Amino acid sequence: MRRLLTVVAAMAALLVTAAPALACGGLIGPNGAVNLLRTTTFAGYHDGVEHHVTAFQFAGGGGAFGSIVPLPDVPTSVERGGDWTLQRLVRETDPPQFRLEAAAAAGDAEVLLQTRIDALDITILRGGGAEVGNWATEHGFRLPPDAPEVLDFYADRSPIFMAASFDADAARERGQQVGDGTPVHLTIPTDDPWVPLRILGLGKVAGELVQADLYLLTDARPNLLPQPADNGLTLDHSAAATDSLLADLRSDKGMEWIPASAWLSKVRIDTDAAQLKFDLAIDPTGAGTPSMVDAGFGGTPPPPTLPSGNLLILWLLVAVGIAIPTASGVAFAIRPR
Amino acid sequence: MRQLTLLAALATLLIGAAGCGSAGPERVTITIHYSSFDPSALTVPHGVPVTFVLVNQDPIDHEWMVGDAALHERHRHGTEPVHGARPTEVTVPAGTTVETTVTFDRAAELTYVCHLPRHEAYGMVGTLTVT
Repeated sequence: MRRLLTVVAAMAALLVTAAPALACGGLIGPNGAVNLLRTTTFAGYHDGVEHHVTAFQFAGGGGAFGSIVPLPDVPTSVERGGDWTLQRLVRETDPPQFRLEAAAAAGDAEVLLQTRIDALDITILRGGGAEVGNWATEHGFRLPPDAPEVLDFYADRSPIFMAASFDADAARERGQQVGDGTPVHLTIPTDDPWVPLRILGLGKVAGELVQADLYLLTDARPNLLPQPADNGLTLDHSAAATDSLLADLRSDKGMEWIPASAWLSKVRIDTDAAQLKFDLAIDPTGAGTPSMVDAGFGGTPPPPTLPSGNLLILWLLVAVGIAIPTASGVAFAIRPR
Repeated sequence: MRQLTLLAALATLLIGAAGCGSAGPERVTITIHYSSFDPSALTVPHGVPVTFVLVNQDPIDHEWMVGDAALHERHRHGTEPVHGARPTEVTVPAGTTVETTVTFDRAAELTYVCHLPRHEAYGMVGTLTVT
């Protein structure tokens, strides 16, 4: 693998409000309701560095909400991300019919990193599913009933999670308007490129729909597992990335690493939550075979390895719609303490 | 269904065995794991104190509410944040074990349910036959 840029983008279904939301899951409100809008995330790999981008978005309302995102490894930095990466990617594949400006629309887990970006508190955790679940519960996250099993599903492969809590009241006090996003950028050394998909169905029951758009930007045409087929995944776009796209992405904050050439794929996810029991494993070279383990199909996870000469960095821009009616993502109501 | 029947029979036998020569209440352990009751079917006698040992292995809170259809309908729309005042309505915090002792006064077909949001829809339901 020389380069792999993975872009996960899921668009909010509403066209009238800005809505790129957290890439990985479903929003749980205080009453347990789940909204079914699309989500948005960007993740990428380049020269051994994985980049992952998504965003939280203030969509009004009050109180505190949060999300938990499985990560393939420990991030080396968490910072505010660029402002237009997600929107530009959406424009590349879905330009005319959407209003683009609107589309913007346990025991104890080990705390590895904590930071605050705008009204968003981010904690990087290491621990098993129960430990991370305990941490989340103790910090006021109201986890849905499938969370224990789903957290174990991820922790068995990578015990690294990002917990993000968003204080809507603080956002309002900061002057953030409905539609304003809070991008977050994580840098994560890892050599196991995979994109969490199962987490998208968290909190949803059988019959509820999971919708997301996943953009992959790689050096070469990638091999994917599972291959988009009759499994709720559809390959909507697969072509060399245009120079204008790469230039626009490169000009965003922290995106200097965007390579001179790359392959852009878009995978659309439309499936019953009960069917989404896997993740997307990626062979970015297009010459190898993606890992069954990384796709969540079982098997023994390989022992963790440190990045070699190829440094892997993951950027994660988090921009989740926080109000229940207009956002999506792996987000949970946070109970008052 | 056959497995459920066997489990219920086994539970009855275990309760009966535990009761031999013992002055204390019968004891039944229900484990909660991945938001599911195990066992999900039980049989207990009426007129005898039965202690239910509720072991929550999950990192999230759960409830164990046992009763008839009318009780569950009330709790589907209830507003009590925690339970515990009534032995048939118990909150089991994450990672804890809670015991509650109930004496059923007559034979009945009941269910036990977690009424936290979406837990019942997720499948947190069991049946309790009082003989």
